[in-house]
Amino acid sequence: MNSPVRTLRTPEGVAIELQLAGGGDRVAAFILDQLVIAGTLLLLTIAAVSALASVRQGFEPVGIIWIVGGFVLRNFYFTLFEAGWRGATPGKRAMKIRVAARDGGRLGFASVAARNMMRELEVFLPLSLLAQGISGEQVDRWTAGAGVLWVAVFVLFPWLNRDRLRAGDLVAGSWVVRAPRPALLPDMGDRGLARLVRCAFTDAQLDAYGVYELQTLERVLREDDPAAIDVTAMTIRRRIGWTGSEPPSAFLQAYYAALRSRQERNLLFGRRRANKSDGSTPPSRDRLDRAAASAKPP
Amino acid sequence: MIAADLALTQSARRFRAEREPVWIKLDELIGRAEKRGLKDLDAGELAELPVLYRATLSSLSIARDTSLDAALVAYLEALAARAYFFVYGTRARVLAEARRFFAWGWPTAAQSLWRETLVALTLLLVGAVAGWSLCAGDSSWFSTFVPGELAGGRDPSATAGMLRDGLYERGGHGAQGLGLFSAWLFQHNAGIAILCFALGFALGVPTMLLLLQTGGMLGAILWLYGSKGLLPNIVGWLMVHGSTELLAIVLAGGAGLAIARAIALPGAATRRAALGRAGRMAGAQMLGVVVMLFVAGGLEGYARQLITSDAVRWSIATGMGLFWLVYLYLPRRRSS
Repeated sequence: MNSPVRTLRTPEGVAIELQLAGGGDRVAAFILDQLVIAGTLLLLTIAAVSALASVRQGFEPVGIIWIVGGFVLRNFYFTLFEAGWRGATPGKRAMKIRVAARDGGRLGFASVAARNMMRELEVFLPLSLLAQGISGEQVDRWTAGAGVLWVAVFVLFPWLNRDRLRAGDLVAGSWVVRAPRPALLPDMGDRGLARLVRCAFTDAQLDAYGVYELQTLERVLREDDPAAIDVTAMTIRRRIGWTGSEPPSAFLQAYYAALRSRQERNLLFGRRRANKSDGSTPPSRDRLDRAAASAKPP
Repeated sequence: MIAADLALTQSARRFRAEREPVWIKLDELIGRAEKRGLKDLDAGELAELPVLYRATLSSLSIARDTSLDAALVAYLEALAARAYFFVYGTRARVLAEARRFFAWGWPTAAQSLWRETLVALTLLLVGAVAGWSLCAGDSSWFSTFVPGELAGGRDPSATAGMLRDGLYERGGHGAQGLGLFSAWLFQHNAGIAILCFALGFALGVPTMLLLLQTGGMLGAILWLYGSKGLLPNIVGWLMVHGSTELLAIVLAGGAGLAIARAIALPGAATRRAALGRAGRMAGAQMLGVVVMLFVAGGLEGYARQLITSDAVRWSIATGMGLFWLVYLYLPRRRSS
């Protein structure tokens, strides 16, 4: 969850937040894609062999399809998928990440092709050097070792810059971002609102917490784990000195609804309290304080 | 609980209730487009997409300022991003894109990279001259430029007769395996060309070395046949496909050098911006290189084995070379 966030300013003037994809996700997606490629090559080979067995004279077309198909698969699998509407290969889609242009514009086919041809330098050259270094053929081990060290710069590139760009991303003007597809969840305040009639919280009780605690409470209510609900309810009761006898989940729903109404109202007045230790009495703060608080990034 | 708070809560609920249908509709359209492409949406839905997107964007900015429902804001954030990529990120259909590439994109890229391509050509020629003159001075250099397995007996100790026969035999492969041979040549050469381009990122030094080496090999082979009085014959044999293949290698080298140049000398732009621009041009050039190598593979596999007349070989070689040069470097009108 704590991946770096970059903003994309849309032509409409609203900044959309994009999270950079994590290194682990990208490596996993790459491995998945290599498996898909290997599987497809295997199927292609099986199909070629069985076609050979059935049509005796036609060795050549089968061989051509096999060689050219293999080449296209190895070199253009990534390009074809990433240049498409999803901006993602099947592996990237499975890891919920995608490729996007850093300037927010269109990523052309040529840029995507350049991005993926660079992989020759970042993955396949190091691997072949490594293989040569191990087998000791053609070049001696020291030469191969020096080669590995040199290409290591390109392999480690994504860890050497703040936008996690690999060499191909730099060349294509792209980056890899997370592409989550969350569902629209019900508002957790809805159920608590009905209970508010019976639970009249005082202002002091509602000023005990800030946005951070409110959203943590939201998560607890969504996950709906009885043990967590009990502990949370007990902690809040103690802190605000609540003596009512409602069951824990009913109490939490009511308190969440009240707390959110209160804080959203404060928000309209430009008061955003980040967490419980952010200023002790928010309503009495003077304007200067408030201005400073609202200038702070959320 | 203050009454005003409750009233506000009511308005927050109304905000969601009023706009929710728009989000759900957009979510549904984008979900379908992500699965099966924009062609899955009918004309009405396509027209609706930008409208729904803008409405959702405005919901997002309101929700950010007024709502503390973390799940809702995260949902809108993700939905707006997904829709953004469809509204601003998708391109025309594949066929239209391909036509544009051949009519405009590739030649324009080649023309904008003419300096780098010229440098690559110079390196190849310098290599060739060096290969020729070194071998002419001392024939033991030949094995340095042309490794034994590639030469296959075509070395200074071979007689003119043997070399001549090699040029005109109808392929040791027989007409049967020519297509396969072409396909193999294509994938082998294209792999090298792509590597030549990618190495541009290593400041282009390996790219230059590859070009010099290829030139050296060319020079050494030309010298070998030249020294036996077979120069016109070898040129015909090599250039049937060579005019296409060598040009493709030079273009790939030029693309690699363009990347190197953007890293080393970005000029007034930032390094990232310069690289992005160079990458777009070089990428287009490289797609063209792959196409050329496909053609070259066919010429090498078929034409060279089947055509044994020097005159026809020379005319194919010249014709292909001229065709590529005119196609790539004839000035184009600026379009879109």
